[in-house]
Amino acid sequence: MAGATTTLRPAVGAMRKPVIGEGSLIRWVLIVTSLGFLALFLFLPLAAVFTEALRKGVGEYLSSFNDPAAIAAIKLTLLVTAVSLPLNLVFGLAAAWAIAKFEFRGKHLLITLIDLPFAVSPVISGLIYVLLYGAHGWLGPWLIEHDIQIIFAAPGIILATIFVTFPFVAREVIPLMQEQGTEEEQAAMTLGAGGWQTFFRVTLPNVKWAVLYGVILCNARAMGEFGAVSVVSGHIRGKTNTMPLHVEILYNEYNFVAAFAVASLLALLALITLGLKSLVEWRSRVSLALTEYVEPTLLEQDKS
Amino acid sequence: MSIEVRNVTKHFGGFRALDHVNLNVPTGKLVALLGPSGSGKTTLLRIIAGLERADDTSADGEYGSILFHDEDVASLPVRQRRVGFVFQHYALFRHMTVFDNVAFGLRVRPRKHRPIRRQIAERVQELLRLVQLDGLAQRYPSQLSGGQRQRVALARALAVQPKVLLLDEPFGALDAKVRKELRTWLRRLHDEIHLTSVFVTHDQDEALEVADEIVVMNQGHIEQVGTPDNVFHHPATEFVMRFLGDVNAFHGRVNEGTVQFGSLELPFPENRRQIAGDARVFVRPYDVTIDTKTNGLPALESTVERVHSAGPLVRVELLTCAGQRLVSEVSQERFATMGLEPGSRVYVRPRHIRVFAG
Repeated sequence: MAGATTTLRPAVGAMRKPVIGEGSLIRWVLIVTSLGFLALFLFLPLAAVFTEALRKGVGEYLSSFNDPAAIAAIKLTLLVTAVSLPLNLVFGLAAAWAIAKFEFRGKHLLITLIDLPFAVSPVISGLIYVLLYGAHGWLGPWLIEHDIQIIFAAPGIILATIFVTFPFVAREVIPLMQEQGTEEEQAAMTLGAGGWQTFFRVTLPNVKWAVLYGVILCNARAMGEFGAVSVVSGHIRGKTNTMPLHVEILYNEYNFVAAFAVASLLALLALITLGLKSLVEWRSRVSLALTEYVEPTLLEQDKS
Repeated sequence: MSIEVRNVTKHFGGFRALDHVNLNVPTGKLVALLGPSGSGKTTLLRIIAGLERADDTSADGEYGSILFHDEDVASLPVRQRRVGFVFQHYALFRHMTVFDNVAFGLRVRPRKHRPIRRQIAERVQELLRLVQLDGLAQRYPSQLSGGQRQRVALARALAVQPKVLLLDEPFGALDAKVRKELRTWLRRLHDEIHLTSVFVTHDQDEALEVADEIVVMNQGHIEQVGTPDNVFHHPATEFVMRFLGDVNAFHGRVNEGTVQFGSLELPFPENRRQIAGDARVFVRPYDVTIDTKTNGLPALESTVERVHSAGPLVRVELLTCAGQRLVSEVSQERFATMGLEPGSRVYVRPRHIRVFAG
């Protein structure tokens, strides 16, 4: 069942209602508890962001975005995302393809490495880049000699973002590809298709919803990443501040309206991501129902 | 287009899947590769297709090769071999309709060899008619039954006008009834299109019923090649004898024109394999006759242990005086006249025996 391959998506089987004989009291306690929890930790803060942002009226709210520093932060965030997303899409697909369709030495190591950014604190990943590319880092002298600036500039922020977000696409696609096996690709080859034709006509369409899902998550994280970016950015106002960093600076300057205004953009992004995510989940379930193989013997009775 | 396999060996790690296999498939024939799992039959089929590569044994001064109509294709990649391959689990493109599945092979051709849209549509419709699925062109694979899916897979393979058709356990994933229908249908289809075809199966009934010729495989080598009649009635080895049906096996001795086993001594004049001394004697259950009274002929005195009468033949399990178990199959009529039941004393005589050196 493809739905069960990632822990984030509800399994297809889970839609069947099991008989568990719990009384309605327990059911209500569970529902109220989880709703209360969500209200306290999710809805309330979200509402607070928008309330604070609009506290002094819509005019003040909108004027926050007229600030050149805010515009620069938004632009930088978009740039970082625009660069890191395609790179991670290509990397994720390549890694997933290699892991799911081929047997090679070191495969398990590769799978483990893909999970590394989830395991390491983002601050540490940022520090590693400073250690590598910073003025006193391993490659620092060489970079200075060639007048290339990575740390405290956009390239460093992009590198850190790529590192933090690269598991997303691969993690979504690998289980699905592994489950689908290689028979369809073999069939395509016997029918005369070349490698790229096989990839674009058979492999990719079979995983397109998982890819899209991974891209959405990757995008959300790329725009919202704070820790790793904070270390490599240097917080140069109007130059190396991304949106999350800009929010922090404004907040520290007691400029609450502007801080929450920019934060509200990020919150909005989160809401859009959630919406898209549900849409993709729904679409992929529909297409799954259409394309999933049912055991043939179950269908024999209704031969037409 | 004939297929010739010359001296092909294949290892998977330390496991030897194929051991110097030679095989000739004549043009236009439908040939079955028959054997138990692990016998190398699927590996051989995949090597013919180009989905698997034979071991490079040239260092040992041997050259394994695959020839299609005397042309060596061993170095050609799978997509240039023009083989139609049908997979056990169909391997239909699940995100494409039946029409798109069948059209795939035509659409991926290089532009200058690609038929125009209308020609593709015509060819697909023609093939869907051939496999009796016209009207289902817009369905997705998940909306078809197993038998229908397998026929789509066949139409898809035929769309590229392959030189040979290779089928890997084509009916393996279907239930018994559909299986039978489909194999009769496949035989008729083959008589219509006369494409050189090889199919893999572990089901001896399937091979005996469908194939022109059967290749019996065991542990990476070929035991026997012959017509269904030939391999069934004249098994070349003990393995073929056992694999093609139930047997009663005895230890025996061959001695100047006779063979002894149990308390029996039977004439054995046609000793073509020059067997002498210890031997294994095999009797098919339907070649074991049962009499309630002795008629003077040499026979094994036995006791009936169990009777299964549900079926076209009655299956009688027997225990001889010497403690050997054997099985006999007799007609319902004969069974009715004898009135056998567990505990009955009977005289058992093999009508026809096969002897192998042992």
